[in-house]
Amino acid sequence: MTFRAKHLLGIEPLHPTEITTLLDLADSYADHNRRGIAHRDVLAGLTQINMFFENSTRTLASFELAGMRLGADVMNMGMQASSIKKGETLIDTALTLNAMRPDLLVVRHPHSGAVDLLAQKVNCAVLNAGDGKHEHPTQALLDALTIRRAKGRLHRLSIAICGDIAHSRVARSNIMLLGKMENRIRLIAPPTLMPSGMGEFGVEVFENMEEGLKDVDVVMMLRLQKERMDGGFIPSEREYFHRYGLDAVKLRHAKPDAIVMHPGPMNRGVEIDGTIADDINRSVIQEQVEMGVAVRMAAMDLLAQNLRAGRKAVMA
Amino acid sequence: MTATFFANARLIDPVALTDAPGAILIADGVIKEVFEGHPSAPKNANVVDCGGFCLAPGIIDIGVKVSEPGERHKESFRSAGRAAAAGGVTTIVTRPDTTPAIDTPETLEFVERRAQQDAPVHVLPMAALTKGREGREMTEIGFLQDAGAVAFTDCDRVVTNTKVYSRALTYARSLDALVIGHVQEPGLSEGAAVTSGKFASLRGLPGVSPMAERMGLDRDISLIEMTGVRYHVDQITTARALPALERAKRNGLRITAGVGIHHLTLNELDVADYRTFFKLKPPLRSEEDRVAVVQAVAEGLIDIICSMHTPQDEESKRLPYEEAASGAVGLETLLPAALRLYHADMIDLPRLFRAMSLNPAHLLGLAAGRLLPDAPADLILFDPDAPFQLDRATLLSKSKNTPFDGARMQGKVLGTWVDGQRIWEKS
Repeated sequence: MTFRAKHLLGIEPLHPTEITTLLDLADSYADHNRRGIAHRDVLAGLTQINMFFENSTRTLASFELAGMRLGADVMNMGMQASSIKKGETLIDTALTLNAMRPDLLVVRHPHSGAVDLLAQKVNCAVLNAGDGKHEHPTQALLDALTIRRAKGRLHRLSIAICGDIAHSRVARSNIMLLGKMENRIRLIAPPTLMPSGMGEFGVEVFENMEEGLKDVDVVMMLRLQKERMDGGFIPSEREYFHRYGLDAVKLRHAKPDAIVMHPGPMNRGVEIDGTIADDINRSVIQEQVEMGVAVRMAAMDLLAQNLRAGRKAVMA
Repeated sequence: MTATFFANARLIDPVALTDAPGAILIADGVIKEVFEGHPSAPKNANVVDCGGFCLAPGIIDIGVKVSEPGERHKESFRSAGRAAAAGGVTTIVTRPDTTPAIDTPETLEFVERRAQQDAPVHVLPMAALTKGREGREMTEIGFLQDAGAVAFTDCDRVVTNTKVYSRALTYARSLDALVIGHVQEPGLSEGAAVTSGKFASLRGLPGVSPMAERMGLDRDISLIEMTGVRYHVDQITTARALPALERAKRNGLRITAGVGIHHLTLNELDVADYRTFFKLKPPLRSEEDRVAVVQAVAEGLIDIICSMHTPQDEESKRLPYEEAASGAVGLETLLPAALRLYHADMIDLPRLFRAMSLNPAHLLGLAAGRLLPDAPADLILFDPDAPFQLDRATLLSKSKNTPFDGARMQGKVLGTWVDGQRIWEKS
């Protein structure tokens, strides 16, 4: 057993061997999913609650499907319309839900650190489905699995992460994960979308996209988070696309076999040219979505094993 | 009235900057005589044997929030007064950022009456500089001064309209009123929860550049030069602001500066996993900034150390970091935290008390804060070495939001005297 974590709150606390264990399991789930092999016994009898304090379509659907494929009883709670509006604090909401005795709690929250806070108050396993600008661990894991399957390895690769890094939890989790697995990371963004102090994370920072893409194996594009733009980070979408949008010309600076990734949803013509996104020889964007389900199945499987082992230990 | 003789003491003198054996004779609420060495007690005097421990002028803490009126459940004059006595603070200078703000002579009189009834220490109230601390119209500075306001401040709110601000400062100057400002560029710091940099990026928290403090200071220095007002900066917490402060002082402007104890003893990394008890305003800084600011206190560039005592109830802290309230209680931990700097050989005891007692007294025109004949007998006796582990449940403040919960500290107050009366004795 090399996956010891009780919760999946972020990539930061994970050990490289835990990441590998999880990816190995996810890899086999991905194959089984393709072949239609069901595993409805894995989470049978367990309750999974998806608690989203922020809008989501794909991540919520992915977690829901992952839970169903493993036989969990899955319940979705859209929290924007719920008690939070009635003034209940996050901790009270957590305690209320905890009293319903869920086994797996999947949480997305607009504030950094909110999922950590919630995890301190409940007895079940908590999975972070994105907290503010902090972490989005399952996204980084599904990206890692996609890279591993496309490139045959997850180490000593040169990987560019481009775009709105400042507002991106996906970027933070990916920097953590890819760094732990000993890859070379290059961040590309206009300085207004680059968080301060990134140079101290052991990554290379570029303001020029052509330079940043030079000879990379993987190009990871980020969504321009328009809904988070509370004031002039970039002059216009068209200038952004001109300087930082991924098109065929810029992609030529990467290795000829470089793959293109995007966590979705895409803004075509803003951060990525539509033809690149649809190029089946370069783009692995659909594969990322597929791996998302497998990674979430693996994560919940491992956390449920630890949860059951913990409960047995208490009873013994 | 009988005299009291403090024998066998280690006198911490912030005027002469000495730390030596001595004794003090007090009577009628004031210091009568200060002796060197180990003189014998005069006849008919009560003797307090200090046992070789430190005897220093009581701490004068500028910027204490007592949550009356409005939020008495967080802190009352009774609880704040007891906390101050236990912490060796003999004078608290209270902030007007209450609900409602202390911006009329009537509210100020309420506060003074409540303080008189309930607090065993001296309480000197400050009043708001602008009505409702909204930065639009100046308060009745003259009436408030007559009613006893010792300084005027909008606390952590910056008066953004420079025209309003310059008029208020000019008017205050005509009354020789002291204005206390919070230096921060409000646009840059809007929405920030931590200082920008590696840690902020790692935690995904909105950060403010430490430069925002310098920008605020630069603006205010220009306004001081323009208006001639007597001005004190509540907290200087960054290295980058220090040269500007030094220049302003050298140019003869009437400017002084303070710093909160938490910024002298903690840094941004203490926030760790979103620990909201470490959420302060301004936010905790880098270790480089902390060391530079400690140095500035030791050199006397920064004049005053205060606790920035800010009570918050549990509910306002048990929230995601960005949503949680700012501030920490500090009356009872000011001295042991300050002693960390002494034990780390960063600053000696006389200079610590220069910053905690003498300089605040100077700023407010008080005779306290020194060990000299005719000064009020506001004294504290403390053991600078006594080790303990802080349990926040034992704090006398109603609010327990201290960042030092569970911390190992040194320094215990053994006794506190106000006007010669013993108001605290370690049990």
